[in-house]
Amino acid sequence: MPNAKLLPTGQARIEHMEMRGIVKRFPGVLAADHINFDVRAGEVHALLGENGAGKSTLMKILYGLYQQNEGDIFLNGERVFIKSPADAIALGIGMIHQHFMLVPSLTVAENVALGLKSSRGLLLDLDVVTNRINDLAKTYGLHIDPSAPVWQLAVGERQRVEIIKALYRGAALLILDEPTAVLTPQEVDDLFVTFNQMVDDGHALIFISHKLHEVLAISHRISVLRDGKHVGTVPTREATKQSLARMMVGREVLLQYDRPPVEVGPPRLQVTDARAASDQGTEALRGVSLDVRAGEILGLAGVSGNGQRELAEVIFGLRPMTGGTINIEGRDVTGQPASILNTMGMSYIPEERMVDGVIKDFTVAENLILQDHGLPVYSRNIFLRPGAIAQRCAELIQNFNIRTPSQETPIKSLSGGNIQKLVLARELARAPRVLIAAQPTRGVDIGATEYIHQRLLDQRAKGTATLLISEDLDEIMALSDRIAVIYEGEIMGVVDRANASIEQLGLLMAGVRQETTAEQSA
Amino acid sequence: MIEDLLTASVVASGIRIATPYLFASLGETFGQRSGVLNLGVDGVMLMGAFCSFWAVSEFTPQGSQTWDATALAMGVLVAILVGLLMGLATAFINVTLKAEQGISGIGIYLFGLGMSDLLFQKTFDQVAIINGFPKVGFPNFLTDLPVLGEVLFQHTLLVYMAFALVPVTWFVLNKTTLGLNIRAVGQNPEAADAMGISVTRVRYFTVTLGGVLAALAGATLSIAQHNVFQQNMTAGQGFIAVALVYFGAWRARGVLFGALLFSLVTALQLKAGTVGIDIPDEYLSMTPYVLTIIALVFASQRIDQPAALTKPFDRGE
Ligand SMILES: Nc1ncnc2c1ncn2[C@@H]1O[C@H](COP(=O)(O)OP(=O)(O)OP(=O)(O)O)[C@@H](O)[C@H]1O
Ligand SMILES: [Mg+2]
Repeated sequence: MPNAKLLPTGQARIEHMEMRGIVKRFPGVLAADHINFDVRAGEVHALLGENGAGKSTLMKILYGLYQQNEGDIFLNGERVFIKSPADAIALGIGMIHQHFMLVPSLTVAENVALGLKSSRGLLLDLDVVTNRINDLAKTYGLHIDPSAPVWQLAVGERQRVEIIKALYRGAALLILDEPTAVLTPQEVDDLFVTFNQMVDDGHALIFISHKLHEVLAISHRISVLRDGKHVGTVPTREATKQSLARMMVGREVLLQYDRPPVEVGPPRLQVTDARAASDQGTEALRGVSLDVRAGEILGLAGVSGNGQRELAEVIFGLRPMTGGTINIEGRDVTGQPASILNTMGMSYIPEERMVDGVIKDFTVAENLILQDHGLPVYSRNIFLRPGAIAQRCAELIQNFNIRTPSQETPIKSLSGGNIQKLVLARELARAPRVLIAAQPTRGVDIGATEYIHQRLLDQRAKGTATLLISEDLDEIMALSDRIAVIYEGEIMGVVDRANASIEQLGLLMAGVRQETTAEQSA
Repeated sequence: MIEDLLTASVVASGIRIATPYLFASLGETFGQRSGVLNLGVDGVMLMGAFCSFWAVSEFTPQGSQTWDATALAMGVLVAILVGLLMGLATAFINVTLKAEQGISGIGIYLFGLGMSDLLFQKTFDQVAIINGFPKVGFPNFLTDLPVLGEVLFQHTLLVYMAFALVPVTWFVLNKTTLGLNIRAVGQNPEAADAMGISVTRVRYFTVTLGGVLAALAGATLSIAQHNVFQQNMTAGQGFIAVALVYFGAWRARGVLFGALLFSLVTALQLKAGTVGIDIPDEYLSMTPYVLTIIALVFASQRIDQPAALTKPFDRGE
């Protein structure tokens, strides 16, 4: 490039990156089918598509993690060959991955220094790194303690470490693969301030998200992929949620649901004065009382990390309680193990589905029958019934639109969102009497989100008592009958949905108690 | 009675016994820190022991009654070379071919065990003794110090090298970019790979280094301590060396502590035999192993345990 302008980090800008005719085949899947994609300095180009559409694959090719079978990549008009992440980094390309790529036992500074040339040759220069991290943190508003070990950081902080890592390497083009999936709305806002500033400075950003409002808020152009094909690219100002949804799914998508009135039955889940400690040993639940009745969805709103996970775990017998009781359909099950609760018709969709929901080396089919393989449908005496299992799995795969080459594919080669869907399929298929769903649509595409919401409403109509834990207030408002707000391990109030407003919930989530407006319904 | 046992000479002998453990365990520490378990250490030790023994006997001038510097240097050099080759082979099997590390290690062990014996029988037709490493010539006022003189200043060069390796290992692992790369690769190879670090290269380096140090451990036995070679002369010390890495929680300091503890117990046991203390021999022979097992039971969760230990890496493409 003749007019090589520089970024504030001193790095040359990438004025234009273009991928042409990219093809990538995996066994049984055409993950990228002649895709064209480009991005310019000073813009955010969003990449949309259903789970398994090929977004991550395309980006991993650009970052050198995968090699394309066909197609070329051009930087500033020049053809480049990116054989490994080291090549990509050298060319000024950075990537924030769909799953954190941090070493938990190392400190923030050590994580940033990884793979970098040291100013002292063979010796580490962590003090120099620390200073530059602090500079970058100031420039881009990314607050972080460089000496903290990563395992102690909250997810929002980890995401900041990832961004600092990329900036530190002088990334002129930054790939952001679902960076917001695990963040709270407030953290997303903060992150967008950073992104906007980077764009003003002349960075090129590629942004992937399933949340259409985020894409509309941050991007300049939007490209949509479907089944590995490029469906189209539109300027953001000409796009609406509806039009994007149609491009992604290929049909109209409901963004609102009918909630037919359901007769509410007796309480099925009663939590009384639950107390428990967090992993770090601090008090995570300080006397939480809730009840969920048959045919009701109780939304539990709150910024994550305020005790939601601990609450779900104590209810499901996965975490010891330091006080209080749990009742299921009138029976005291305090301290009962999950296996007993399973047989009582309880289901749990954990938030960390990658860790708590699947066994990575097992196949799709094996994961789909994980807890139920002992049921007569799946086994006779000590023998599994492959025919019955295959049939059942085929149904689930179809209903939940899980994109997988076969039932025998190991689950680790599925796209992120499809792993999520698999766990949901398994848990919802059991027709639970009591369901705890934690962030059920995080990382899931809008078509599947619609389906999952519909399923939750169907279960409600069948009398399931559902505790819906979510940070997404739109989701809470769309599905819940009543809404409880949790803050620092305490219930701030329980509101009927009819009387709830987003503003009021937002205040409660921030810990501002409003006794006057919060109608306590038992 | 304990005064009879815990004498300067017992401590000195403990230090000598610790030497091969230190070489082998520190080498294994590098490999494990990067995520590769090499169970074949004992086999590499045997090969190192034989080949260095052969080199020393080959290069010692005919009829020489005393040690020969060239021959000893050749012995060490050959050990390094053999360790390098076996380390590379181990890396190829474990890193490139992504073998199951528990099994491949046994294979490497058996290879070393058989090969060293075969070569020995082909090259030596009778029991041979060589002139191995002499004590380092410290000034008399040091060697003659009461207690300390015997404990600290009457060892061969290899002993001091092995102990010097402890701080070196600590320094490399914690204070250099290479060490950071090694730790990252052992904890989260995907993340290291995404940061442009070649997981393969790092693991080849650590495993090969482990091979070299294991071979030196073997050489210590055959050309500095016993000055003979015998079939299976390590008697499983390489396996103890692997256990010591766990015992030491993957830290140089921990390995040093473990190696010393283990060696002192061994030295005491030898001594107890000579002063005729009436403990059945079997119990004494068991103590080091029992200690190790107890330590391993309590070693289950440690902060430096490499999360990716024994897991081959691939990008899943
Ligand atoms: N390493 C792999 N081995 C085999 N198949 C793979 C691999 N990685 C991805 N795939 C397949 O390629 C397709 C595209 O996956 P990709 O991860 O790119 O989807 P995505 O658009 O990022 O989806 P999500 O929104 O769920 O993250 C999927 O069908 C997936 O199963
Ligand atoms: Mg993806």
